[in-house]
Amino acid sequence: MTFLGMPTTAPRGVGNLRGDESFPAAAHKALQDEQLRRNLGHATTTIRRKSGAVIGELPDWQELREAGSTLKANTMARLPELLDQLEANVTAAGGVVHWAADANEANQIVTDLVKATGHDRVIKVKSMATQEIGLNEALEASGITAVETDLAELIVQLGNDKPSHILVPAIHRNRAEIREIFLREMPGVDPALTDEPAELAGAARRYLRETFLSTKVAVSGANFAVAETGTLAVLESEGNGRMCLTLPETLITVMGIEKLVPTWRDLEVFLQLLPRASTGERMNPYTSMWTGVTPGDGPQNFHLVLLDNGRTAVLADEVGRQALHCIRCSACLNVCPVYERTGGHAYGSVYPGPIGAILSPQLTGVEDNASLPYASSLCGACFDACPVKIDIPSILVHLRNEVPHPRAEKAAFGAVAYTMDHPALYTRAQHAAKLSRHAKKLPPPLNGWTASRDLPEPPSETFRDWWAKR
Amino acid sequence: MSSRELILGRIKAALGDTAVPEVTRDYRPAASEKADVELLIDRLVDYKAVVHRSDDVAGVVASLNPGRLVLPPGLDPSWVPADATVVDDEYQAEAVLTASTVAVAETGTIVLDGSPDQGRRRITLLPDLHICVVRPDQIVASVPDAIARLDPRRPLTWISGPSATSDIELNRVEGVHGPRNLHVILLGGAS
Ligand code: SF4
Repeated sequence: MTFLGMPTTAPRGVGNLRGDESFPAAAHKALQDEQLRRNLGHATTTIRRKSGAVIGELPDWQELREAGSTLKANTMARLPELLDQLEANVTAAGGVVHWAADANEANQIVTDLVKATGHDRVIKVKSMATQEIGLNEALEASGITAVETDLAELIVQLGNDKPSHILVPAIHRNRAEIREIFLREMPGVDPALTDEPAELAGAARRYLRETFLSTKVAVSGANFAVAETGTLAVLESEGNGRMCLTLPETLITVMGIEKLVPTWRDLEVFLQLLPRASTGERMNPYTSMWTGVTPGDGPQNFHLVLLDNGRTAVLADEVGRQALHCIRCSACLNVCPVYERTGGHAYGSVYPGPIGAILSPQLTGVEDNASLPYASSLCGACFDACPVKIDIPSILVHLRNEVPHPRAEKAAFGAVAYTMDHPALYTRAQHAAKLSRHAKKLPPPLNGWTASRDLPEPPSETFRDWWAKR
Repeated sequence: MSSRELILGRIKAALGDTAVPEVTRDYRPAASEKADVELLIDRLVDYKAVVHRSDDVAGVVASLNPGRLVLPPGLDPSWVPADATVVDDEYQAEAVLTASTVAVAETGTIVLDGSPDQGRRRITLLPDLHICVVRPDQIVASVPDAIARLDPRRPLTWISGPSATSDIELNRVEGVHGPRNLHVILLGGAS
């Protein structure tokens, strides 16, 4: 029985937290896509190298991680008080704060706010929260066009595709594919467009400029909100965020209730952690910070929508609540051997990779994402990479014990885990698989992995070779 | 029950009697190091900004052939070349010249806070060339130093190099929606 005031999971039938198929089924398909694997391998190798280099420049990286971790734990324990404070400070600075218990309510609030402006088009800057709640679909159903302005989001939107990475939603596309999408879908694009990244970026610049200048309403997410001052922060690269945050008349920011930090000073920690862990930069090109409304500068109407949508259910789990500390850097995706092989789509939710494997099942209730806690080898790379030290492997194990899993699922991923710990076994299994192509079955204990499905062609590179190169 | 009460009630139920943990701050705090102008230059250049060390701002600006120039209202008039084409409308401008509030050496970041010599945010966003003047006393060593100096109640824009994206195969490519060219003029100690 639920009653008002009980922590509640995200509702079904709205938003993008649940996939159409289980992880093993989706991963099975992805594992056969060589192009996808190459694109992912190239991108994640690049980012690991860059990130490692700039993290190495800081003598106090581990101390910053510890500060980030303790700050987030401290914030969660004081959430009611801090949300109160944030609301008071945003309101005092001329903003309007709205509270949304779930995706449906948040979509309704935003739709009503847009309608009240009399406009039927909004520009958006990347926001995981609005993807989570399916805001674009809700706006469209009310006759409002939502234009994604992030280059990667634009690639995804034009390609009629789904995002596959937190930071780089089009990571599964290489430059040649992006060129194809632009030539096919971008009105007025120069047919001589090459696949040079700088030219592709230039095409996006020309395509979106007029939209930026003429759209009166923007919807954004937020990386951080400071309770003490009511300040919001958005970190970005391209300048599309600055466009959305300063040119329109009305700005609507949708933010999960966990994005708070207590004090202004706390940003000194996260502004060092996030860019280095995510894009591998000392600092991302642009960070915008604003407090309510500034007369004569930027949007004169500011709305902040605070979103629960299952977050309180995550908070109720003493082990799992750490997942709310996530600052969405995507470092855990970039180091994950399972993500690198399956890509983001296999996880079904807008939150892919290791963080998705612990966050999505908790937001929806484990029964709706039962296979995700098994989408990991428990190798621990994610824990080491996480700038706020979320112990993802422990939460995975914890969730596995809660999932009313079909036994086969457990066997399947149990085998993945066991194998990752014993590369020799996988090598042997692959060898056996190569020998017995006709049978297309792996020997025990790996036969659980294919679970009577056809075995994909053995990868050209064995797991062991691949692992050794890392 | 309003959604506000509902959510706050849920949070309290979820937390139960969770203890509030201490925050550990063993990282380098503000004022642990002196600002190093050479490091700032190195980091600016690494992220594709062009650095000029000069006290002749108008001279540097003129040498860049900025075209139609938009200016914040409180800019030092001596910084503007005598023959500059100054326009009021940032939508028509090809370049913008501003002062700055803080520069962070360790990250190669310049922060604008909307003061009269920096102007409202859109003037540094629409033109393709941003020329930004930094005084020596505005250079700090680290991010904590910058946070300590800034006023969060002002609209802040942290700029680290020209507009860029990592969205194509995770390589940094300069030049998407913001200014594609960032020139920084460092005052004091021309060399
Ligand atoms: S869990 Fe940690 S590593 Fe993964 S996205 Fe979140 S903050 Fe980054």
